[in-house]
Amino acid sequence: MKIKVIVTLKNGVLDPQGKAIQQTLNGMNFGNVEDVRQGKYFEIEVKEKDEKKAKSLVDDMCKKLLANLVIEDYKIV
Amino acid sequence: MRSSVIIFPGSNCDRDMDVALKKFGFKNQMVWHNDLSIPKSDLIVLPGGFSYGDYLRCGSIASKSKIIKSVIDFANSGGLVLGICNGFQILTETGLLKGILQQNKFLNFICSNVFVKVKDKQNKYFKDLKKDVLELHIAHNEGNYFCSDDELKSLEDNNQIAVTYCGDDGTENETTNPNGAIKNIAGIFNNNKNVLGMMPHPERMIDKYLSGEDGSLFFKNILDNFK
Repeated sequence: MKIKVIVTLKNGVLDPQGKAIQQTLNGMNFGNVEDVRQGKYFEIEVKEKDEKKAKSLVDDMCKKLLANLVIEDYKIV
Repeated sequence: MRSSVIIFPGSNCDRDMDVALKKFGFKNQMVWHNDLSIPKSDLIVLPGGFSYGDYLRCGSIASKSKIIKSVIDFANSGGLVLGICNGFQILTETGLLKGILQQNKFLNFICSNVFVKVKDKQNKYFKDLKKDVLELHIAHNEGNYFCSDDELKSLEDNNQIAVTYCGDDGTENETTNPNGAIKNIAGIFNNNKNVLGMMPHPERMIDKYLSGEDGSLFFKNILDNFK
């Protein structure tokens, strides 16, 4: 079963790459771009048929490795 | 004083550290990350570099290496653990040190000499150090120290801020902050001050024919405090 995870910076944490992308977009005449936050996306193939169990495993992985909860939030989608 | 330098795939300051430690009289050994135990040591060093190519987050993969359990046990039993640059990043990822090193504020890799102010001398690294400001070297892309407000308060309350970026006269402000680190933080301790993580490289400042000798003071001081 494939589980998808999105890791993003928490609100309020400076994202200099996002800022640089936003400024570049503004410079390319996408003037209405007000903010960009960059994140990470994972597709995790888990050998598990029960979706609930698979997601709970991935949740544990997020806490232990995929996200650093000091600055990042994660979402299992 | 016996020391061990841990080598991870992608470490690149391990041999410089070995040279520096031996120069001042440490009996140093190199330890591979896949080993399960560390030879009897008084100091463990996690060196600088780009362990695992900085994949996922700097230091995150190395922080799950086989050897790390021994490092954590050693630290929890009061042993001295020093993490330089990538070693500092690894220590934050293990949870031995608070916070995280984010990408530099202006998205640039910084390679230059800096001055750092020693903020606390009630510890085995800086006790009785003759100088308050050291000239050291930094080379990093992710050195922008960040932690939550609560963590920062507890670092300040317990005097766990070890060194901060400053001018040659010790002035700390935005212009002497190379990477955007919160409160100009260049290095911190754990609660018991036996674990030290810092971005600057003392091992690069151990010879007058390199760019300075303030790193020598740092290593000699650890030895003096051990006696």
